[in-house]
Amino acid sequence: MKKIVIPLVLIALVIISAISFLTSKNTEETKLTALKEQFDKKNVQHVDHSKFTELQKKFTSPQQVTEACIGCHNGRAQEIMQSNHWNWESAEYVKGRGIVYLGKRNAINNFCIGTEGNEMSCAKCHVGYGMSNSKTFNYKDESNIDCLVCHDNSETYAKAQEKGGAPDPSLDLANIAQHVGKPKRSNCGVCHFFGGGGNNVKHGDLEKSMFEPAKSVDVHMGTDGMNMQCVDCHKTENHMISGKMYSLSSMNRNRALCEDCHTESPHDDAILNKHTLKVACQTCHIPIYAKVNATKLAWDWSTAGKLKNGEPFEVDDAEGNHTYLSIKGNFTWGKNLKPDYVWFNGTAGHYLLGDQVADTTKPLVLNPLYGSYNDVDSKIIPVKIHRARQPFDPVNKILIQPKLYAEKKGEGALWKDFNWETASEVGMKDVNLPFSGKISFIRTEMYWPINHMVSSKENTVKCNECHTRNNSRLAGLNDFYMPARDYSPFIETAGKLVLLLSFLLVLIHGGFRFFSSHKMKKKG
Amino acid sequence: MKTKVYIYRSFERFWHWMQALCIFFLAATGFEIHGSFTFFGYQNAVKYHNVAAYTFIVLIVFAIFWHFTTGEWRQYLPTTKNLRAQINFYLIGIFQNAPHPTKKTVLSKLNPLQKLTYLGLKILVIPTMVISGLLYMFYRYPQKGTIEGLNIGSIEVIALFHTAAAFLLVAFIIVHLYLMTTGSTITSNLKAMITGYEELEDAHGDHDNKKLKNDKKEVEA
Repeated sequence: MKKIVIPLVLIALVIISAISFLTSKNTEETKLTALKEQFDKKNVQHVDHSKFTELQKKFTSPQQVTEACIGCHNGRAQEIMQSNHWNWESAEYVKGRGIVYLGKRNAINNFCIGTEGNEMSCAKCHVGYGMSNSKTFNYKDESNIDCLVCHDNSETYAKAQEKGGAPDPSLDLANIAQHVGKPKRSNCGVCHFFGGGGNNVKHGDLEKSMFEPAKSVDVHMGTDGMNMQCVDCHKTENHMISGKMYSLSSMNRNRALCEDCHTESPHDDAILNKHTLKVACQTCHIPIYAKVNATKLAWDWSTAGKLKNGEPFEVDDAEGNHTYLSIKGNFTWGKNLKPDYVWFNGTAGHYLLGDQVADTTKPLVLNPLYGSYNDVDSKIIPVKIHRARQPFDPVNKILIQPKLYAEKKGEGALWKDFNWETASEVGMKDVNLPFSGKISFIRTEMYWPINHMVSSKENTVKCNECHTRNNSRLAGLNDFYMPARDYSPFIETAGKLVLLLSFLLVLIHGGFRFFSSHKMKKKG
Repeated sequence: MKTKVYIYRSFERFWHWMQALCIFFLAATGFEIHGSFTFFGYQNAVKYHNVAAYTFIVLIVFAIFWHFTTGEWRQYLPTTKNLRAQINFYLIGIFQNAPHPTKKTVLSKLNPLQKLTYLGLKILVIPTMVISGLLYMFYRYPQKGTIEGLNIGSIEVIALFHTAAAFLLVAFIIVHLYLMTTGSTITSNLKAMITGYEELEDAHGDHDNKKLKNDKKEVEA
């Protein structure tokens, strides 16, 4: 009887270990293969637009192209006219202030601050023609829709600088119209990679290297890999594109999520899957951003306006990034950056024009991302924090939206006249807000969720980059207990003390025994 | 007179050494998870720690069964008899080559201090470890559409209990390893736990051993 007990226990232990190893699922690869098959299908053009007689003519204005498009694609214009890309605003519920109409029309940021009054320049990225003033623009005129900026597949379409969204006049519109199709990375990127007035100024994870990225830059879009296009993830129905940026949005809706394809439990490892409840995919899978070109990290407007011999000038760093521009001030850039991390539940707040700022001692966050450990909707996400010093009216306690752009000198635009007082006066008048005549510069921050430049599986954030005492990636998030990073100082000290005392006790007691037995041997 | 007595039976020895192995391994991986040092790599440490934990739990289940079926659990019943004498022995007598105040027999293998310590381990430290450990593995964050009562908002309390008990266990091991050398000779305890036989200063040891075997037969019958 006795003889079989130990083998029995041993067998039980072996079975337990075997079960824990054998039950480790191995479905990760299968799932990925299925996804790869799904997205590997080449996009086949169903029709050849160059065969349509409607498009085989000389177009003298871009509006004529739009009318030709609408001639066949009826109803599509109405879809566009309901979109944020067209309206530059949408109804958003913002916590604490109810429904607001928010968008590029009226939002204030800490890059070029605001579009109002500067539309001729800013509307280069409006999906329309002729938006010289976002208040008076005719949003009902469908012929002003710019179909081509998104649907040009000839890679030749380009909008003109400072023409309110009109195309470059030298374009061969007929050729472009004959080569339209599903939007590619180049269509989206031409605006979204250059937001804020230059490559990678705003996002950090969306920039010109993403036109033709290597797999090492983005595992999905890599041309040496799946070569996915923006719209593969930003699924679009009736011109309503999923996904948005929380510089302009506030609500937890219409998001493009990794989970949409990868599910909430994509790993074989149960412990990793458990993480997905509190940690967004991006947090581990985007270890660094701005992998190829630098992104702007800080913008100091207060130094703008310096002139050399009466002329504006620029200073560049070794990589060609502007570190000073007379029209914009000083910049700080960064490359291969570790993101910052915040809790985020999909909702955000916004500083709106005219909001009074009570406390200017700490940076004003223009788009606070909401969330906390205790909020069941919140996950940890990676963000880029863009810091700025931007103009502020210390008497009225409101941010100033200066007039930046004008076609010529004398209209008060900062970029022509280099005078903060007149630029502020004209700018604030444009947005119907008071201006005291006094200008100071306050620190502001914007939070930009990092969602692109996903690294390959092998390069994800390792456990001990967060689970560590020192320099944890999550060192800034302190509303929860994380193994390895956190400990109770009391238990830690008491525990170490107990260990030390035990050890000393053993040493002393053992020492005494050694000497006393030695003595006794001598005696004996 | 000294007699060679079969004092630790095979399962007991097996259990003891498996337990030792488990605790050492759990401590090594556990303190890595705690952030005290890096050795296995964090992900491996977690994986190994979990496998070792399951192994340990299975072992504990068998050990509990063994203790109750053999009646060996009575070894841990605390007593104040000889307690003071035992303390005095460790503080004074041991340095004067005085004899052990408590005679080790098959029926009473443990001195009163050992009884207290092992009982404390068995009803406080190990259960704290196992329960907090299982909660650590199976806790669920609060999430939508689930039963509130089953959710644990934070693992902080669980982790702190687990850590505190771990410190105590390691402290126990340090002292245990030392006290092992305080038998009739430096290695007699170690040898006994390996071979099962120990030379005990009790002529009746053999008799007791037989008696216990008879008891066991009765139980089996």
